[in-house]
Amino acid sequence: MHRRIARTALLVGLAALVAASCGGDDDDAASSSDDGASGSDEPVTIEWWHIQNNDPGLSLWEDVAAEFEAEHPNVTIDITVYENEAFKTAIAPRLQAGDPPDLFQSWGGGELEQQVDAGLVQDISDGVAPWIDTLNQAAVTMYQVGDAQYGIPFDLGMVGFWYNKDLFAQAGIDAPPATWDELLTDVQKLKDAGITPLALGEGDKWPGMFWWAYLALRNGGPDAMREAGETGSFDSEPFVAAGEQLSELIALDPFQAGHLAAVWDGAGGQAATIATSGAAFHLMGQWAPGTQNANSPDGQGLGDKLGWFPFPAVDGGDGDPTDGFGGGNGFAVGRDAPPEAIEFLEYISSMDVARRWGETNSGILPVVIGSEDSITDPNLQGILAARADASFVQLYLDQAYDPDLGNAINDAVEQLYAGQASAEDVAQTIADAAGG
Amino acid sequence: MTAERPPGGTRPLPTADPGGVSPASGAGSGRAGARWSRRATIIAFLTPALVLYVLLALVPILQGAFYSGFDWNGLEPLEQFVGLQNYREALADPVFLAALRHVGVILVLSLVLQLPFALGLAVLLNERMRGRAVLRLFFFLPFVLSDVITAIVWRLILQPAGLVDHTLGAAGLDGFVRLWLADPGIVLYTVFFVVSWKYFGFHMILLLAGLQGIPFELEEAAALDGASRVQTFRYVTLPLLGPTIRICVFLSIIGSLQLFDLVWVMTGGGPVGASHTTVTYMLERGFERSRFGYGSAVAVIAFLISFAFALTYQRLVLRRDVAGALTAMGER
Repeated sequence: MHRRIARTALLVGLAALVAASCGGDDDDAASSSDDGASGSDEPVTIEWWHIQNNDPGLSLWEDVAAEFEAEHPNVTIDITVYENEAFKTAIAPRLQAGDPPDLFQSWGGGELEQQVDAGLVQDISDGVAPWIDTLNQAAVTMYQVGDAQYGIPFDLGMVGFWYNKDLFAQAGIDAPPATWDELLTDVQKLKDAGITPLALGEGDKWPGMFWWAYLALRNGGPDAMREAGETGSFDSEPFVAAGEQLSELIALDPFQAGHLAAVWDGAGGQAATIATSGAAFHLMGQWAPGTQNANSPDGQGLGDKLGWFPFPAVDGGDGDPTDGFGGGNGFAVGRDAPPEAIEFLEYISSMDVARRWGETNSGILPVVIGSEDSITDPNLQGILAARADASFVQLYLDQAYDPDLGNAINDAVEQLYAGQASAEDVAQTIADAAGG
Repeated sequence: MTAERPPGGTRPLPTADPGGVSPASGAGSGRAGARWSRRATIIAFLTPALVLYVLLALVPILQGAFYSGFDWNGLEPLEQFVGLQNYREALADPVFLAALRHVGVILVLSLVLQLPFALGLAVLLNERMRGRAVLRLFFFLPFVLSDVITAIVWRLILQPAGLVDHTLGAAGLDGFVRLWLADPGIVLYTVFFVVSWKYFGFHMILLLAGLQGIPFELEEAAALDGASRVQTFRYVTLPLLGPTIRICVFLSIIGSLQLFDLVWVMTGGGPVGASHTTVTYMLERGFERSRFGYGSAVAVIAFLISFAFALTYQRLVLRRDVAGALTAMGER
């Protein structure tokens, strides 16, 4: 008898389960009605996920959407805003369900490639062909897989050194280092002056990867980076040399105390250390001033004391000292997105919208060619100048490759900072991860 | 039928005595009806919990076991079946083996240090003394905090030149200052300390409740028979506290095996994986690296360890304590 009760109860439970799992597919009917032909007056909704969750970006995107809606009365833009990390969590189930938003935040690279392989994003090459040449070429290629375009950038920045002019002056450093050897010398000068030279949030792992990747780019140039990405040859000479050069720096013990556990953005982290003059300089992207300000007691950060200089040249390296390492923001186009979504991307990529982004001086560096002079902040102008000089910009390694390899690189380089692996070990570990 | 109707309800409540049937219905059909209503009640009460359990526990476990056989990034269709390859890889990965070892260290330290500490405190706070209630509340407080809050607060306290370092400095103990979270050789013990800080109050309260269930007369009788306080504790109190201690050990071990939130927020499993637990490792490899098949394999291994332990412990250790509640289900 008890067995029969158990069986009945189990059946009831299973029936409920089946009923629940059948309820999940309602969305298809709704989204298929979106696929109206371009220019028709059928009502269309564009679902748009972005991560500009703070002003000025938040309001700017709202205005841009409203303006587009006014021009196209049949279009409704349904905006969803997430914070950076929350976005990554929220987008995963939508992608796994095969139901991506029409336009969503993308950094391009390996993650976009996975989405292409899974058939989740749309080839928009034909739709954007008339106007894509108005955008920065390095930024545009980050959203290509094969020869096809799957997304559109609106921002491209570069990683470089942010430094405290007062602390550099105290240590008797007149000009930013132009070579790696000069940088090592300056680190020693700062130490001799009793100043912690560098801040690092290695608890987040990616800040430390920046150093290794930039050195590899200087040693091997774009060709070595491309080849490694394709064949997994991360054990080749430029990468081993990068590890050795970085080890030289680490041997000087240049970082703030507890850097292995520190985060980038948070109490006692890398940004806070720089913002409170706890260290003289650090290697970070164009968003650094914003985060530093947010991590300083008065919200003002270093103000005019903050300067920027590009990553120095490495003697004997094959890479051009103007090559950049960085990345930006853009939007991928979901597979079921209506043609109006591409028209909206065209509006986002207009000179007017780009200049409005530039005028915010918020660290978003618009990619529309000719919009650069809308930025007035001297440090951001420095980054723009470096970007204009760069014939090649290597995307962040943890985004250029698939997430597995990207994280394997971060983990391997972390061992270098912890003194637990040699340059050869690190290169070999990454090569193994890339091959397997 | 003699059944009462619940207010507003329509289904008759089961009667305690199925024999008490009304004369109108025959004896046989009345018995069957009562049996049916009893069964209906069981089903009605069982279904909601069962549905939730199946949906949120059983199905995910089976799904996890299924996914663990694939090389799968979560986006593509499940096509690359790799058999046991994910398990082989996990059991050969030094980082995963280290994570298992870390869990073992936390588990053993919890049993050897945290539980005896909680027991000692419970015995002390069972004595009659001034301010006893306040002290009990005080020691129990950390347990009330959420794991995430605990982790964030201790992250701040333990950072270089933070509260801990200042306190040590003020006490003239500068030499003991360490990189509590940044030194791979220390971070695991720091984690253990914070875990203990958070959970000892919980065990203390359980043990206090157990102590209060021991009749005072027994200890009095032992004293009259000439037993010392130590002897009384060893031969009277401790054996009578056995069931509570066995539950504490059980909860402590399961808690160690599943340790996650606190570690994830406080250290993220780092630096260089030195504070990974099986669950932080699973999350990092499964989600952050988009290897859902591999992550599932790790999850299955963690599940099997917990499951095997729980079954064995219940069979061998908790058998007497839970007799009648679990082992003799339904027999009366």
